[in-house]
Amino acid sequence: MSLKKMILALSAASMLAMPAIEAANAEDSIYVPLFTYRTGAFAGSGAPIADGMHDYLTMLNERDGGIGGVKLVIEECETGYDTKKGLECYEAVKPKKPVMVNPWSTGITLPLIQKAGVDKIPVLSMAYGLSASAKGDVFPWIFNPPATYWDGFTQILNYIADQEGGGVDKLKGKKIGYIYLDASFGREPLPLIEQLSKELGFEAKLYPVAAADMQNQSSQWLSVRRDRPDYMILFGWGALNSTAVKEAVKTNFPMEKFISVWWPGEDDVRGAGDGAKGFKTLNWHAAGTDFPLIQDIQKYVVDAGKSQVSDKAKVGQVLYNRGVYNSMLIAEAIRTAQEVTGNKVVTGEDVRRGLENLNIDEARLKEIGLEGFTQPLKLSCNDHNGHQSNFVQSWNGTAFEKVTDYIAPMSDKVIPLLDEDAKSYAEKNAPWPERTEACDAS
Amino acid sequence: MFYRETGQFKQSYAADSAVFPILQDRYGLAIVMAIAFVLIPMFGSEFLLASVMIPFLILSLGAIGLNILVGYTGLLSLGTAGFMGVGAYATYKLSTLFPQVNILVWILCSGFFSAGIGVLFGLPSLRIKGFYLAVATLAAQFFLQWCFVRVAWLYNYNPSGAIEVSGRTLFGIAITGPMATPVNRYYVVLGVVVVMTLIASNIVHGRIGRTWMAVRDMDIAAQLMGIRLLPAKLLAFAVSSFYCGVAGALMVFLWLSAAEPSAFDIKLSFLLLFMVIIGGLGSLIGSFMGAALIHILPIVIRALPESLGLPVAAATVEHLTYLIVGGLIIFFLIVEPHGLARLWQITKQKLRVWPFPY
Repeated sequence: MSLKKMILALSAASMLAMPAIEAANAEDSIYVPLFTYRTGAFAGSGAPIADGMHDYLTMLNERDGGIGGVKLVIEECETGYDTKKGLECYEAVKPKKPVMVNPWSTGITLPLIQKAGVDKIPVLSMAYGLSASAKGDVFPWIFNPPATYWDGFTQILNYIADQEGGGVDKLKGKKIGYIYLDASFGREPLPLIEQLSKELGFEAKLYPVAAADMQNQSSQWLSVRRDRPDYMILFGWGALNSTAVKEAVKTNFPMEKFISVWWPGEDDVRGAGDGAKGFKTLNWHAAGTDFPLIQDIQKYVVDAGKSQVSDKAKVGQVLYNRGVYNSMLIAEAIRTAQEVTGNKVVTGEDVRRGLENLNIDEARLKEIGLEGFTQPLKLSCNDHNGHQSNFVQSWNGTAFEKVTDYIAPMSDKVIPLLDEDAKSYAEKNAPWPERTEACDAS
Repeated sequence: MFYRETGQFKQSYAADSAVFPILQDRYGLAIVMAIAFVLIPMFGSEFLLASVMIPFLILSLGAIGLNILVGYTGLLSLGTAGFMGVGAYATYKLSTLFPQVNILVWILCSGFFSAGIGVLFGLPSLRIKGFYLAVATLAAQFFLQWCFVRVAWLYNYNPSGAIEVSGRTLFGIAITGPMATPVNRYYVVLGVVVVMTLIASNIVHGRIGRTWMAVRDMDIAAQLMGIRLLPAKLLAFAVSSFYCGVAGALMVFLWLSAAEPSAFDIKLSFLLLFMVIIGGLGSLIGSFMGAALIHILPIVIRALPESLGLPVAAATVEHLTYLIVGGLIIFFLIVEPHGLARLWQITKQKLRVWPFPY
């Protein structure tokens, strides 16, 4: 009785949900779901990335008719950067046999790390997620190229040491502030900081910012003013970045000594006005539209009105190009999978092999139309990350410009920590399945 | 015509005071149970089980917990998500410290930890009431969430600060972790929720429930009748937090399978409070209805344009969902401020005299 109404609603819901699930997945197409967020507190960062990812893949469909002659079915699922909604998206796309998922949130990546191997769907968490998942022998289904957060953090330290005039010993006695989003993402570098501050002799000051108070960082910056750190390092996302830059300007913190990991985009910095000049971030790819591929995107997608981008000028911005880079990895993985397996319509298992055999060299970059866009990337059976070098870019008031050469991470410090962390993850989640997927000889 | 109790005679006091005195109600319940236990697992897709039914049942359990406090005892609480978190973290700690014990035992035991914390934060309820108590429980919410972030011992010093669920079994069948199929997890959740709803129903219909309702309706009068307010209120906090704690443990272990502290933020507390208010204060059925409206309706709305073949962008659908759900909530609150449960009751009244109303 009283539950009857509820069940009616339920059966209605299930009836509605079923055709939706069966709709997609025609035999001769490759299904690529994109988990995006154009709503919620993190939409400012999420929307340009969503546009970049979506537009690149759409362009491949429009220009080449897909990859290797197979059309891509591109579908966005709105997660709002919310783990529960992200899992709902995952369950919704799972029956349609996606070839990979890109969660775009560390919180959504964590539960998927366990499911990936069982559902045979590789997870590409590009430069986010669990750092330890770089270890292909422990996490055969998870990929996080081109660099982990730990790589990024040590690259910033290397840059600081460089600014101080030489090797890492110059860090001794320096006071380095670390302002971060108090979630899995920002907390990842904490064990590394603890270890490195002891080994290298710098003093670390931590300024956590809770996700709920992203737009109110006055207390953290008051502490910054009191502690007077020599350098500040930022690991933020969404409104956290723009607020941090604004507060730094207000506090008169020297912007050239304020360095962020790779996530801030132009819009985050522009709001802070002229005072933000000199603000630096890491990056591994160029901004701008001076690449044949980006121009193709403009021609086939943006000008044809097939993009959701709100303003054509946003094409080529840092986070838009980040999305393009992500989709390049997706496309190249599918292409490699087609080559390795000989199948045209690839599955998640094929694409996992494609990712492991991924080898984007200079020649291939030129072929894609992205010459000079980024460094070559090569993944392998054991290395799911690449630990690529990044450069530092500086904000000049209107755009980011590259100010350093590629800076290598402190691999001697990062790799042992990764090994240790991967091992402890497997122990804590015992029985963690042994890798059974064979390695391709390459 | 169909829903009429004419001819159903009660021959004992027990029959007269039964929870479902009308035969049709009992048949209805049996049908619902058959659907839940047989039809849904048999014909439901994985999506229906994993993303609709499991979250719905878990949220319903949380809403029942909150309803005991807000609906039956009249104590406004905003700390629900915090108490759910206590259950989840307690289960995590216990299951990693004693991995030999079955996970289901720890999920149920975690309720006691949550109940203890609930009683602690319920202590001020003797002196403060209404919105002021809401503020006091809000403090619990923030303090507990702070603990989940700051006390590294709670998440076994994981670098990510999140808790992860490893694979556990029940009678040799995987019920948590990646190997657990949605059907298995659904049955476990359904079993726990049904048993705990039954217990809740017995509690609220018995002496304790009447005590709570007396306190809710007028606490001075209740005191004059010999009800000791502090034990009654603390018991409400304990039972409520127990339910919330188990719901939280189920949420992490059988639904999300990994959780950051932000899973237990204030938004979840508000969501559960909305479920209780929209579903109906002081009604167990209302808890289910509220959870259905808040959790299932957005999923249906999101699936609508696709199943109709309309090309609407994902973000637009999301905005529309907010609009429609928000509008419906206001609509229901205007049409029936006492919630969906009251609406259902009115429908039943009308059904009794249908088709010849007088």
